[in-house]
Amino acid sequence: MNETAAVSLQGGAPSAAHNPFPILELIGLNKAFGEQLVLDSIDLKVRPGELVCVIGPSGSGKSTMLRCCNRLEEPSGGQVIVDGTDLMDRQTSIDRMRQKIGMVFQQFNLYPHYSALGNVALALRLVKKLSRSRAESLAFDALSRVGLADRAGHYPHQLSGGQQQRVGIARAIALDPKIVLFDEPTSALDPELVGSVLEVMRELRDIGMTMLVVTHEMAFARAVADRVVFMADGNIVEQGPPEQIFQAPLHERTRAFVEQRH
Amino acid sequence: MDGLQHFLQVFFDPVIISHYWPAIVGGLWVTLGLAVAIVIAGILSGLLLACLRCAGIRWLNGLIIAFADIWRALPPLVVILILYFGLPGVGITFSAWMVLFLTLSLVLAAFSEEIFWAGIRAVDRGQWEAARACGMRSITVLIWIVLPQAMRMAMPSLTNRSIAITKMTALGTVIGVPEILYQASSAQSFSGSATPLTMGALAYIAMFLPFVILGRWLESRMNWRRT
Amino acid sequence: MENFADQFFNLDLMWQSLPLLMKGLWVTLQICVVVIILGGLGGLLLAVASDSKSAWLRWPTIIYVDFFRAVPPLVLLIFVYSGMPFAGVNLSPYMAVILAFLLNNSAYYSEVYRAGLQSIPPGQVEASRSTGMSRLQTMVWVVIPQAVRNVLPDLLSNTVEVVKLTSLASVVSLGDLLYRADMARSMSYNSSPIVLAALVYLVLLWPLVRMVSRFERKQHQ
Ligand SMILES: Nc1ncnc2c1ncn2[C@@H]1O[C@H](COP(=O)(O)OP(=O)(O)OP(=O)(O)O)[C@@H](O)[C@H]1O
Ligand SMILES: [Mg+2]
Repeated sequence: MNETAAVSLQGGAPSAAHNPFPILELIGLNKAFGEQLVLDSIDLKVRPGELVCVIGPSGSGKSTMLRCCNRLEEPSGGQVIVDGTDLMDRQTSIDRMRQKIGMVFQQFNLYPHYSALGNVALALRLVKKLSRSRAESLAFDALSRVGLADRAGHYPHQLSGGQQQRVGIARAIALDPKIVLFDEPTSALDPELVGSVLEVMRELRDIGMTMLVVTHEMAFARAVADRVVFMADGNIVEQGPPEQIFQAPLHERTRAFVEQRH
Repeated sequence: MDGLQHFLQVFFDPVIISHYWPAIVGGLWVTLGLAVAIVIAGILSGLLLACLRCAGIRWLNGLIIAFADIWRALPPLVVILILYFGLPGVGITFSAWMVLFLTLSLVLAAFSEEIFWAGIRAVDRGQWEAARACGMRSITVLIWIVLPQAMRMAMPSLTNRSIAITKMTALGTVIGVPEILYQASSAQSFSGSATPLTMGALAYIAMFLPFVILGRWLESRMNWRRT
Repeated sequence: MENFADQFFNLDLMWQSLPLLMKGLWVTLQICVVVIILGGLGGLLLAVASDSKSAWLRWPTIIYVDFFRAVPPLVLLIFVYSGMPFAGVNLSPYMAVILAFLLNNSAYYSEVYRAGLQSIPPGQVEASRSTGMSRLQTMVWVVIPQAVRNVLPDLLSNTVEVVKLTSLASVVSLGDLLYRADMARSMSYNSSPIVLAALVYLVLLWPLVRMVSRFERKQHQ
């Protein structure tokens, strides 16, 4: 853990020779909605075991960037490389690659017609082609990891927001992904429920899960992130260790944003 | 003759078209007139029943519910046959027109009662209470506050249901009401050509397609509002 | 009054015509099953197509659906039964009825399903696709089950309409429930057999109609 943290202290300098092979790499990523350029040639690397937080004002393109990482949003140009495979390559099976990329949504997006266990087990059965009992036992493990073993049989509407989001996380990690993408996982939660979700994310980090997290939780980013990326107007303005971004930002825009959030 | 020409000859024979054109148009007017009468009578009685149901009188509500259930469950053709062939046996004779009009109006009344009632119930209870608190009488609240909202909610279903039921005027053929289908199929048997049937189908499409599209539009507008 | 009872509720006559009517009921039920199952499946496919991103798929489907919603089913039936032979296509009454009602009903079912599909928030699809499930798997396991549940009352009420619709089969002399009842009526000059048929339809459909109302009430709450 410390090693990757040390590496990321380089502040995203791409040349560091001893960097492990990145799990996720965006190269010159562009995205336009019609005329409007929402992502302007983004370069980003996420290395194994890293927790990278993305912050920035509303509309700066954070969600769009995240959704390009598993092609829920179709990039207009550039490359997305996950675990050494180019997602944009025609030969690449996107469904196979998505197994390696977990995603957690702001609105949870749990399937209301399945129990917590069913939500987690569905892809295991259909995508990994596991038997029902094998899938359910893996799903149960994933639920245990987010502290919901005792809620396995509950349906989403019987769970609190925080619990629902933890099921969402379990669903994402059950497939044993190389990286998990989080899009404002706590923004839809009541303040008192935020803690439990962040706690789960912290535990995931501690067992070495690679994560890319869009968040407005500055305290979380500051305490847990290995690296913080600040975006504005479709660009990465600045990235570096949390101490740099929050205490000694290099750019005026970063400073303004960080100060306003305190 | 190649395939297309043969097809056109069978289903779009110009000679037949020009000959039976007036009959089909005559049928169109009959269908149109019946449709308008049925929609007005059916929807108004449905509305009236739904309002009566608001009064909350037990036995009356029981009757209204039974009425709505029965007329929604019975196939209209069955009713038409009973009224047209059965009633003369007990000394009551309705014209074929009247039988068709009565049957379909009652069916539409049953459906629209349910649609209005669902709309009325969907209006927030708070609206009732707020208006009552202002000292308005129940009937006033119903007419001025609740019904307009219920009406808006009911519009798409009501449109679709009205189309479905007015289309059933084609059943008039069975008892000899000279509407479009009757004209078309008698022209077909006189002429020995399928063309009049095509003309009939086209007449129905000309008449109903605009309403089908209107219904689709109303529905999409409702969905758009909800989200 | 006695006259009335005899004309509409002649129990002897009803009893005599009962076997005939039951034969008709069997035919009616057969048509219902075929039309409900095939029409329901066809409607589902049409709905998926009419919700598709490809305009080449979407527009033909929408035109098909609106066309068959604008044509009265009886017109369609007579066209198929008496019109098609002119083009050399001879169908038995049975096939004509099934074809006409399938064309009509797949259009109606498709509208119901389409409303259901549109009621599913896009986040459901995104969540499912993000776990590597294919488009088809997402449809089958995530979207369609929820869509069907959301429109259950409309599906049910459409199914009631199918059963009522089958009474039109009598017009082309297919021996369904109403046809046999009308046969008994014209032989006896008495309407009791048709009243009996009406009662059979009521017994069949009243529970369904009640269920539709109950569902609708629940949905509004
Ligand atoms: N489907 C879309 N069609 C058109 N424009 C879009 C679409 N999705 C996003 N945008 C635009 O792209 C820009 C970036 O949106 P994005 O959702 O990525 O921002 P964000 O940084 O995640 O903001 P927030 O913090 O509010 O979630 C915004 O200007 C938005 O209006
Ligand atoms: Mg966002």
